[in-house]
Amino acid sequence: MTETSQGSGGSAPRTPPEGREADGPDGRLVSLAKRVPVGKGPGGPRPPAGAGAAAVRGPGEIRHLGLAAALVLLAGVGLATQPENFATSGNVVAILVLAATIGVITVGQTFVIIGGGIDLSVGSVMALASVWATTVATQSYGPAVMALCAILVGTGTGVVSGLLISYGRLVPFIATLAMLVAARGLAQRMSDRKTQLIRPENDALVALSTTRVLGLPLVVYIFAAVAFAGWLLLNRTTFGRRTFAVGGNPEAARLAGIDVRRHTLALYALSGFCCGIAAIIIMARTTTGSSTHGDLYELDAIAAVIIGGTLLTGGRGTVVGSILGVLIFTLITNLFILNGLQTSDQLIAKGAIIVAAVLLQRRGLRSPT
Amino acid sequence: MGSPETEPLLLMRGIVKQFPGVRALDGVDLDVRPGEVHCLLGQNGAGKSTLIKVLAGAHQPDEGEIVFAGEPVRLAGPNAAMRAGIATIYQELDLVDGLSVAENIFLGHEKSTLGFTRRGDAERAARELLGRLGHAEIPARREVGRLPAAGKQVVSMARALSHEARLLVMDEPSAALAHDEVGNLFRIIRELTAAGVAVIYISHRLAEIREIGDRVTVLKDGRAVAVGLPARTTSTDEIVSLMTGRDVEYVFPERPEPVAEEDRPEVLRVEHLTLPGSFEDVSLSVRAGEIVGLAGLVGSGRSEILETVYGARRPARGRVLIDGRPVRPGDTGAAVRRGMGMAPEERKSQALLMNETVAGNVTVAGLSRYASFGWLDRRRETADVRRQIEALDIRPPDPARPVVTLSGGNQQKVVLARWLLGSAGLRLLILDEPTRGVDVGARAELYAVIRELAGRGIGVLLVSSEVPEVLGLADRVLVVREGRIVHTGDARALDEATVLNMIMEGSAL
Repeated sequence: MTETSQGSGGSAPRTPPEGREADGPDGRLVSLAKRVPVGKGPGGPRPPAGAGAAAVRGPGEIRHLGLAAALVLLAGVGLATQPENFATSGNVVAILVLAATIGVITVGQTFVIIGGGIDLSVGSVMALASVWATTVATQSYGPAVMALCAILVGTGTGVVSGLLISYGRLVPFIATLAMLVAARGLAQRMSDRKTQLIRPENDALVALSTTRVLGLPLVVYIFAAVAFAGWLLLNRTTFGRRTFAVGGNPEAARLAGIDVRRHTLALYALSGFCCGIAAIIIMARTTTGSSTHGDLYELDAIAAVIIGGTLLTGGRGTVVGSILGVLIFTLITNLFILNGLQTSDQLIAKGAIIVAAVLLQRRGLRSPT
Repeated sequence: MGSPETEPLLLMRGIVKQFPGVRALDGVDLDVRPGEVHCLLGQNGAGKSTLIKVLAGAHQPDEGEIVFAGEPVRLAGPNAAMRAGIATIYQELDLVDGLSVAENIFLGHEKSTLGFTRRGDAERAARELLGRLGHAEIPARREVGRLPAAGKQVVSMARALSHEARLLVMDEPSAALAHDEVGNLFRIIRELTAAGVAVIYISHRLAEIREIGDRVTVLKDGRAVAVGLPARTTSTDEIVSLMTGRDVEYVFPERPEPVAEEDRPEVLRVEHLTLPGSFEDVSLSVRAGEIVGLAGLVGSGRSEILETVYGARRPARGRVLIDGRPVRPGDTGAAVRRGMGMAPEERKSQALLMNETVAGNVTVAGLSRYASFGWLDRRRETADVRRQIEALDIRPPDPARPVVTLSGGNQQKVVLARWLLGSAGLRLLILDEPTRGVDVGARAELYAVIRELAGRGIGVLLVSSEVPEVLGLADRVLVVREGRIVHTGDARALDEATVLNMIMEGSAL
């Protein structure tokens, strides 16, 4: 009975006339299935929003405009307070490079959260990957193997977390919390808590952050490529669609014949893979591998995903929103540094933004679009 | 009336409750005397649940009056009902598993001083209540989650007593109990009624009603068709005939001319399927183009049978064959690949992705059809969804509309459309309560759709709580009782009363 009430009640604002008729409790007993739908001719119902291929994913991208507006607003603040420092190409590049590491991690985190989970281990997995890739042994094989090593370590730890969650039935929070602690510890043991420098013969890796194409370092292109690939994966592939299904209603997904456990495993592996790429970026940026890299990145990544409008309970979210969330965070950090303000105030501002973003989005959801 | 003996404790007159598309209660009258066990009978959808929700304060009636203990009352919420002295024990016991017995009994009205709970007092009071119920052996400190079903029920009753309830409403209390535990339940009920507490007892088991009940009220289509019949002497035939022949006329599509069995290949064959605790040794078959209906009570094992055939549960014994070849048990993915599709009982929690659009819901089970190396061809996907929307007349005909905004009937069509995408591939459609939450007008449409699908050669296996629906829609009917198939027959050779009798009387033991 509640179903009926929700169905007809919720549809009221946007329902075209013939839809209203369908919902109405008019008790018709004729078989309507064979009836020719009313208003099919020219001048009938309005063409559905986003007709064609775009019709598959619902609206809701409007909230991205809000995030973009926030970004513009922050940039305006930057221009007003630091007119000669903010808009320099050097500063813009600094912002993008800063955003690249956390941004790549956030893409993976977005998938995990849409799929109904959470990955707390991202920061320390990245640290572990950077340490493993910069050991004396790994470095002896050259930069390509180092990069491959970082990706394999990241993906491997993701698979371990994923196995614990999907087949070991651990709660994601607990499994990845355990991985957060253990991966950091392993990174410390491997590096003996020392910062491992990238040796000069492997400078090709460092070149990722020093070589510029069209004025931007290569790591920014890596970030852009990961973000684009993430968007494609989420919106254009069966994997992405199933991620929404698994996160939105795991029972329904299972009954629709989707292997929910295997999919969950793949999601954590994907998050680990992104951590591996992030490790490459941070190695290039800092020329080191260290067990202290990526401290508290998990919180920034989760916050960016939430700001971007992804439901923490899963089933809804976008990569674009998460990227905008990362950029907003990075821009705030940049503004505070440029203006010589304390990091403590910066943290307070970030906290306020998380709350404000979620409150605004909830309002946006309630009003009919 | 007049004498204090028969002065009713509860008097309900002309209660009306309207839901969108359904008049759930259409002027119900009910009177309950102190110290009696008053039984409520009626088929699913007759209005029993709505009526007890009105009594529990969970629903507000649109019309009518309620007089309790001689005074008109308005039960504005669950708390108001409890304060008035009406306690309800729901079918799914509403206990918190992680709390102790004593904490559950006093949940919401804890014994406390300045916000600090007085655990000693609560436990003492709990022990006293449990003792009154003849179950002093249940430890007041035990976690409720570790009690068996019967123990939980006793705790529920103790909770009701802790409110000094004068009227106890029990919704199918015996459904979760073994037979010896039912005897104990009856002993408690007798002690309560001897102390002047009145009980409204809802059950489908006629034998129980004869044993414990004093009077019976029969509901049909939201109206009381018989009030205060003597529970022990009214004949089963009379009760069944009161419950059947509902006013609502369903329009069922015409059955096609029967086809010789050998012309129709067997799509599904189930052999000796067993899931301990749910059903035993179930064998059945469905031929191409045939609609097979399972009739049975809630808890008879009918839904579990469907879910096990579909691979959502793993059977202990037996096997499921599609087109003569066994299907891997306990694997819904394998079931889907072999051509099964299911519309589960709980549409919202088991079938629909409520965040998604109509299109997203339709294609979720067959995405690989539109993919090459994981890449989705969304143009083809949307085109297919549009075709299904048109074929099933889903309204409004908009693939991008969020599925939450559709009516129940249209949501059900979305679930059906999911399995029709690769129409050539679908062999067997499993429907669990396909018309639940669907209003009367839209039902006829769904029936027509289901029949048409069968006409295309798809086998249909369906469950419904509504006997007329099974009889009207199915070609062959299997009656399920307590986990066993007790009767198989041609739907045309059966009538509602016969089936209802088999469903209910058998469970009486």
